[in-house]
Amino acid sequence: MAIRVSLIFLLIFISINQCFSLYEDQVGLMDWHHKYIGKVNQAVFHTQKAGRKRVVVSTEENVIASLDLRRGDIFWRHVLGTDDTIDAIDIALGKYVITLSSEGSVLRAWNLPDGQMVWESSLQGSTSSKSLLSIPVNFKIDKDNIIIVYGKGSLHAISSIDGEVLWRRELASESSDIQEVFQPLDRSIIYAVGFVGSSKFITYQINAKSGEVVKRSSADFPSGFSGDLSFVSSETLVTLDSTRSILLLISIRDGETRLHQTYISDIVGGPSGVAKFLSTKLTGMIAVEVNSFIVFIRVTGDNKLEVVEKVNQPIAVSDSLPFLEGQQAFALVQHDDNRVHLTVKLDNDWSSDLLKESIEIDNQKGLVQKVFINDYIRTDRSHGFRALIVMEDHSLLLLQQGNIVWSREDGLASIIDITTSELPVEREGVSVAKVEHGLFEWLKGHILKLKVTLMLASPDDIAAIQGMRLKSSEKNKMTRDRNGFRKLLIVLTRAGKLSALHTGDGRVVWSLLLPPLCRSDACQNPIGLNIYQWQVPHHHALDENPSVLVVGRCGHHSDAPGLLSFVDSYTGKVLNSMSLSHSIEQVIPLSFTDSTEQRLHLFIDADKHAHLYPRTSEAINIFKPELSNMYWYSIEDGKDIIRGYTLQYKCDLQVDDEYCFNTKELWSVVFPSETEKIIATATRKLNEVVHTQAKIIADQDAMYKFISKNLLFVATVTPKAAGEIGSATPEEASLVVYLINTITGRILHRVTHHGSQGPVKAVFSENWVVYHYFNLRAHRYEMSVIEIYDQSRADNKDILKLILGKHNLSSPVSSYSRPEVMVKSQSYFFSQSVKTIGATATAKGITSKQLLIGTVGDQVLAMDKRFLDPRRSLNPSASEKEEGILPLTDSLPIIPQSYVTHSLQVEGLRHILAVPAKLESTSLVFAYGVDLFFTRIAPSRTYDSLTEDFNYALLLITIVALIVAIFVTWVLSEKKELREKWR
Amino acid sequence: MKCSKQILPILLILHFCFSLLPSSLAISSGTGEGYTINGRVRIPGVGANGFSLPGKLSNVKIILNGGQKVSFPRPDGYFSFQNVPAGTHLIEVSSIGYFFSPVRVDVSARNAGSIQATLTENRRSLSELVLEPLRGEHYYEIKEPFSILSLVKSPMGLMMCFMVVVVFLMPKLVENMDPEEMKQAQEQMRSQGVPSLASLLPGGAARS
Repeated sequence: MAIRVSLIFLLIFISINQCFSLYEDQVGLMDWHHKYIGKVNQAVFHTQKAGRKRVVVSTEENVIASLDLRRGDIFWRHVLGTDDTIDAIDIALGKYVITLSSEGSVLRAWNLPDGQMVWESSLQGSTSSKSLLSIPVNFKIDKDNIIIVYGKGSLHAISSIDGEVLWRRELASESSDIQEVFQPLDRSIIYAVGFVGSSKFITYQINAKSGEVVKRSSADFPSGFSGDLSFVSSETLVTLDSTRSILLLISIRDGETRLHQTYISDIVGGPSGVAKFLSTKLTGMIAVEVNSFIVFIRVTGDNKLEVVEKVNQPIAVSDSLPFLEGQQAFALVQHDDNRVHLTVKLDNDWSSDLLKESIEIDNQKGLVQKVFINDYIRTDRSHGFRALIVMEDHSLLLLQQGNIVWSREDGLASIIDITTSELPVEREGVSVAKVEHGLFEWLKGHILKLKVTLMLASPDDIAAIQGMRLKSSEKNKMTRDRNGFRKLLIVLTRAGKLSALHTGDGRVVWSLLLPPLCRSDACQNPIGLNIYQWQVPHHHALDENPSVLVVGRCGHHSDAPGLLSFVDSYTGKVLNSMSLSHSIEQVIPLSFTDSTEQRLHLFIDADKHAHLYPRTSEAINIFKPELSNMYWYSIEDGKDIIRGYTLQYKCDLQVDDEYCFNTKELWSVVFPSETEKIIATATRKLNEVVHTQAKIIADQDAMYKFISKNLLFVATVTPKAAGEIGSATPEEASLVVYLINTITGRILHRVTHHGSQGPVKAVFSENWVVYHYFNLRAHRYEMSVIEIYDQSRADNKDILKLILGKHNLSSPVSSYSRPEVMVKSQSYFFSQSVKTIGATATAKGITSKQLLIGTVGDQVLAMDKRFLDPRRSLNPSASEKEEGILPLTDSLPIIPQSYVTHSLQVEGLRHILAVPAKLESTSLVFAYGVDLFFTRIAPSRTYDSLTEDFNYALLLITIVALIVAIFVTWVLSEKKELREKWR
Repeated sequence: MKCSKQILPILLILHFCFSLLPSSLAISSGTGEGYTINGRVRIPGVGANGFSLPGKLSNVKIILNGGQKVSFPRPDGYFSFQNVPAGTHLIEVSSIGYFFSPVRVDVSARNAGSIQATLTENRRSLSELVLEPLRGEHYYEIKEPFSILSLVKSPMGLMMCFMVVVVFLMPKLVENMDPEEMKQAQEQMRSQGVPSLASLLPGGAARS
């Protein structure tokens, strides 16, 4: 014990100065950072001028980015605020990227080469409406291109040079709902068309210079419009009636608005179902989805409609692209097994193709969802087309000349859940030649390293060694390593795709578009929910591959039927997948495994029945004896009630199902709804390991940690203060924090922070909780720590009692016994907003802990737990100092060197995951948001292994030198002895 | 503490000067929905026209109330938040390489949205909303250049020094001893049979 204690002191002593820090040349050695943008919504090409060709895209993650058209790299990128959804993008003046966001109320211009914001304009308006952006190509007021924006019920003309609003015209005053804004060529009139109520179509003609409404015309259609509008040409628009069975052709000519009716069944043939416009802009043509067919209908000059093509396959259509003089081209993408067919046609000539290509695409990318085209001039002066396509898994591909030029896995920007898996064990029989080659390389590398440490290296050498370190094949091997650094990160994305990332460099090892999570006839809106480790073979089932369980749901409601998939984590093959008859509200991984190491899981459905999986008799035999010890709880959203349940035999369903169990409510904690609202909860991680229950404090005393897996941290605020900062005054805000035992519902601790409010971010580990909240009185963020100690074991310190066996250390701990807990807490200021908090985890739990704080700047800060120790005091005594207790300060220090993300930012940071490596000192950290970042950290330094930059060459040289010295001195002493003997 | 006391009068004078100047920055315009907070980010080294050092200001984000709104500075560093309700707000600046103190901003409802700004880290009030970094941040340890002294100071080096002292100074001490004592000591050693280095090695041992 004494040795261990002194070892811990030593560790503390070693780590006291710097917890984690990095030299600049160590970047990329154990970490990797991948930048993503998310699912692309809109794309604008910029290829006119010589120089860098780029495409500007906006995505579902509110990212605006400029990509290199040659390689797909990001030139620049900005992540807008979460509520700042991008409605439209365009390029103005050939040098500014214009974005319209926040439902048409914010217009920004970004400098195209470097992404610097040039100007920002806020558009005023009273009502919410559709937001439209249009940049007339050849229309100028005083040499200034104007930007026409419709947003918030008003039409705005904005100078593209400085963002000044030139004029503003309110159109919503007559409750009109503008659907389209366009400008006929070479005219200074802007057309705004839309609906008034449900049965009136209205056209405004507006003078582009002054914003005056020149003319207004309308047409009535008594049976009502559906509200959809498809733009055909500047004189013709097409809409649908409210039953969606009649196409209404609207012609705007000479200031008159006329309507023509055409029954869809007449032109398509056969009974027609409900029609829907595809959201694509073609000229002279519309694309309508009827009876799962996609019908292309041409509008001819004399208001006639004719069907050009009927397609019953999934198809993606691009917008029209102005091409040559007065002609427009568009692209169609169709599927055929694992090939996609890209066709580019002129809009007035369906029969001939400008381009027809067929490209093989990985099946796991799913269907093409969007296509954007751009033309270029080939070396032989003919026209070529490149197409940017967005796939079902949100990846982005550029197609050109029948090839995939580049592809980006942008689905990884929207990770929902994550788990890890070990890699396969390395097989026997490594070839000798390979080792010898490796040895030479290894020695060379170390000699270079030695040169660097002795400052003898030339810049070339430094570059060579850096390249060698980064390339190191060791970290990218596909086998398990002794230190447990190499693992697979299995991630589930919003697109329903499962990908396995290698921790060495973050490459995708395998990926799989989960069939149950793809849209099908049986399930229209499947969503992925969670991912669990299903089978982790380690003892007697080593031949089996580990597998993961993906839980999904068919629809957004919590009572929608559940979907399960079991996936092999080495190969990425679906082992089994099933659609359940019941819903899934909660998944509880149990602590039991069956003979094949499959973990037992309980699924709780919306009716509070528990279903046991896997559905085998073995599982039920394992589970039955433990049934009376099964407890679970649920936090009811919106109702501010926490309920605890126990399980009972047999369901009361009609169908006899022995894997289904009834639940019985045991307890409930009801928070008064007028004063408290739940805003955050936290529990311990199920797989967390705690090494020792006792904590040795100064004066050879011990404290016993209260360690229970059944503790729940709950934070509530007054409903008034549940909003953003600044919405409540300190007097009306208070934050209450509870620690609740989830077996009995007993509240172990309750503390109120007056004048504080959320958002609360909390992490629960071992016997402590750390939470972050906002103090309205000081107007600063605060972090508090609560530590819980078990008092009932406090008198075990007497050695005499221990010897006589009069201790209760081995007595079982029951949640029903009245706990004698002692709670210590302390609060500190923290100077930043926090997005998420995590804590490091190590294999045995010996290493001291660090908090991983995701800051508002999208960085991850590693903060030693010792800074959040409730035993800190202003003047720690000598023995406390020896123990490693820091003097109390009012705020927590932010040491720049302890950012684990060093100078990188994990844009849109959402979550931080820490996984133990096999090496006790080390924890693997994965932070994800729009970007992904992985590194490994050693909270108390790597005390159990040599560091990466340990110089083996120096050691070898020293040993060799010593041996040489021994022999030399031996020879010398021999000689001397001989001489003495001759004397 | 002493330092801040010296600075305080200067600050007060500065404050007074600024209050005389018409402050164009902190004026906010009231609209139906709320007020506008205008301000400026100034990073030393980035000129008034930010284009002189491109890429510096383009990575800066200004965050209102922990993520409620996000704004970006223009090339000259100016930024604004529109439609902010009256009340007390918090503005943070996220920038790689610099540490900015969060700023408490009080938007007054009575005085047509006039703004009071205070740095929360050091409670310093700002006469105008110009945000400057408190300090630069260096994310990497600085590699110390190789020096003999550092090698000597390391545990290995200290051990080596001790060895050298023992090897070279001890014989000197022995030399200074009385010759008779020396002889006695040598005889003692011989009688105890202290092995020489040669006899320790396998060859030497075999010969003896």
